[in-house]
Amino acid sequence: MKYVTEYRDAELVKGVIEEIRRTVTRPWTLMEICGGQTHSIVRHGIDQLLPPQIELVHGPGCPVCVTPLELIDKALSIAARPDVIFCSYGDMLRVPGSNRDLFSVKAQGGDVRVVYSPLDAVTLAEKNPDKQVVFFAIGFETTAPPNVMSVLQSQRLGLKNFSILVSHVRVPPAISAILSSPHNRVQGFLLAGHVNAVMGYHEYPPLVEKFGIPMVITGFEPLDLVQGILKTVQLLEEGKVEVANAYQRAVTFEGLKPAQDAIHKVFMECDRKWRGIGMIPMSGWGLRPEFDEFNAEKRFEVESLHAEESPLCIAGQILQGMKKPHHCPAFGKQCTPENPLGATMVSSEGACAAYYRYGRVTSEVIRE
Amino acid sequence: MNNETVNIEGAVCAPPLTHNEQIVMGHGAGGRMSHQLIQKAFVSAFQNTALNAGDDAALVEPGLRQKLSISTDAHVVSPLFFPGGDIGKLAVCGTVNDVAMLGAKPLYLTAGFILEEGLPMDTLKRVVESMRLAAEEAGVQIVAGDTKVVQKGKADGIYITTAGVGVVREDVNVSGANAKPGDVVVLSGTIGDHGIAVLGARGELGFQSSLLSDVAPLNHLIAAILDVCPNVHVLRDPTRGGLATTLNEIAVQSNVGILLREETIPVHSEVNAACEMLGFDPLYVANEGKLVAIVPKEEAEKVLAVMKSTRYGEGAVVIGEVVAEPKSRVLLKTTLGSTRVVDMLAGEMLPRIC
Repeated sequence: MKYVTEYRDAELVKGVIEEIRRTVTRPWTLMEICGGQTHSIVRHGIDQLLPPQIELVHGPGCPVCVTPLELIDKALSIAARPDVIFCSYGDMLRVPGSNRDLFSVKAQGGDVRVVYSPLDAVTLAEKNPDKQVVFFAIGFETTAPPNVMSVLQSQRLGLKNFSILVSHVRVPPAISAILSSPHNRVQGFLLAGHVNAVMGYHEYPPLVEKFGIPMVITGFEPLDLVQGILKTVQLLEEGKVEVANAYQRAVTFEGLKPAQDAIHKVFMECDRKWRGIGMIPMSGWGLRPEFDEFNAEKRFEVESLHAEESPLCIAGQILQGMKKPHHCPAFGKQCTPENPLGATMVSSEGACAAYYRYGRVTSEVIRE
Repeated sequence: MNNETVNIEGAVCAPPLTHNEQIVMGHGAGGRMSHQLIQKAFVSAFQNTALNAGDDAALVEPGLRQKLSISTDAHVVSPLFFPGGDIGKLAVCGTVNDVAMLGAKPLYLTAGFILEEGLPMDTLKRVVESMRLAAEEAGVQIVAGDTKVVQKGKADGIYITTAGVGVVREDVNVSGANAKPGDVVVLSGTIGDHGIAVLGARGELGFQSSLLSDVAPLNHLIAAILDVCPNVHVLRDPTRGGLATTLNEIAVQSNVGILLREETIPVHSEVNAACEMLGFDPLYVANEGKLVAIVPKEEAEKVLAVMKSTRYGEGAVVIGEVVAEPKSRVLLKTTLGSTRVVDMLAGEMLPRIC
């Protein structure tokens, strides 16, 4: 398959891994920020192929995992209303709120639908004028353009029955938070290539300068990942602190200007809670006041709904790269994908689910 | 932004959800949730040797000259007609295949119809004609049936439950519990065709394809295999939950490990493309016309040859082997040379966000 098979070519990947072996002289801890990268690393077993000096820790870049409990509870409350068609990306359905999930709401008669694009939700709103259609707009910068397009499109169509429940997060503030933590172990970042495809990478040189850590824009296929790792290791070994682009086929410095314009037209920066991490100032996007009519929190008056997370598992430490999933005593025992204790086990992009699905075997396979 | 003020809360996590109180869609997806429901709700209540065996069909010995293989399968599919098949063909093939997977020759089916008020008579006729053709191809007769009509909105057009019975060949002993270390795992062709064809036909996820469902009766393929190798250890069709779930079931039943080689598993390029787009793994996507045969190593070549000579086995390949350890696990050697676990499908298969 074009753009897939050539980036999974075993010989090419092995060649780059050889190069990493030749380059590395001492231990380095790298964090891949994006959940999609975690999934790909574990699915293809890339962590097993790396020289033992390189440790990959998994970052908080799974949008499903970091969506705060409060927002899930708001989603559940809206989805349960008889006048609502609640649309969501698929893997949000299994994320537990305070006492139920969207599957439970659906089983009790709520009209909960999985859509692949928020524009499908706009179409549903057009076709169902007597219903309120709500889209659960979560994600990082990657899903922001389609999510804001759904608002602009329904504005253009004059729809009065479409709104979005926004829980958008951004990568740069998360990186800042991780690097500011006294527990930080991360020495180099693999940046989330798809986020940079939209946003470019002009936001990152100040971070690199402030924290003195190299960052490399990295793609998602095995060859992309090992190239990103190689570049990071090269920079670390040479003592260079800079942003490098190892995903040039998709990412430019400026990014996609029209997409950024659309995002800034509809969204503005705001404080955001991250499940498992806590409040990170100005780390999210929310709707600008002029788009209030598309704001589901206001339309359904759930703004004041408040929920506290309870300390049951180590998801927070995993999301910050302090612990690996199999360090958790509940991993694979009380906590499994069909009975998740934490959000990291729920989403297929979550580190725990990726470990459970692909890595749960013996200690030889999951390298300590 | 002042990063120093960030207060990282530490270990936090949501309370568990078990879905023990009501049925959710995941209970019907064919993965681990389905298994748990079946064990808790049904097997524990009905307890008997044939049921407890956990195979696709039940092996019963009612004091006749031959053993019987009995199975039943309820069919709900949306849309009713999809590229390559329809609910009628599915209802016949599903039960024919389950009965045949014990090494039996399926003979008779029964069919129960639940029809929704308002169903066009023409739709019913088309479904029945499709069942007739599938039964003819499989060489079975539909000898009894039942019809119920429910109010508009209480069903989705038409639901069909079929039951089937067949006679087990005397010289065979096929069960999911019979895989032995050293055996070879043979797959009859590409995986994921049915699941992706139906998903595409639903039109909800915004993609179209020319892909056809693989729905087919496999009893003639099985007869051909057993003719050359009566010593087949396991036969099973990887339907809901996909190849991954089926192999996990076998690994647990036989208390063995199964080691697959990623590059040998055939996947249609359109299935691959759809899975890449949607974040699915073809290993978990449903098939309705494929089987896995686990055979002694020395018999593998002739089994492969005879499968390839049949209509529904021409894409047959060896995809892996049975190993002693780790028990009850399926492992996959990736094309890159690493090894990963292939788990059972958990609940419902969900498209990934990005």
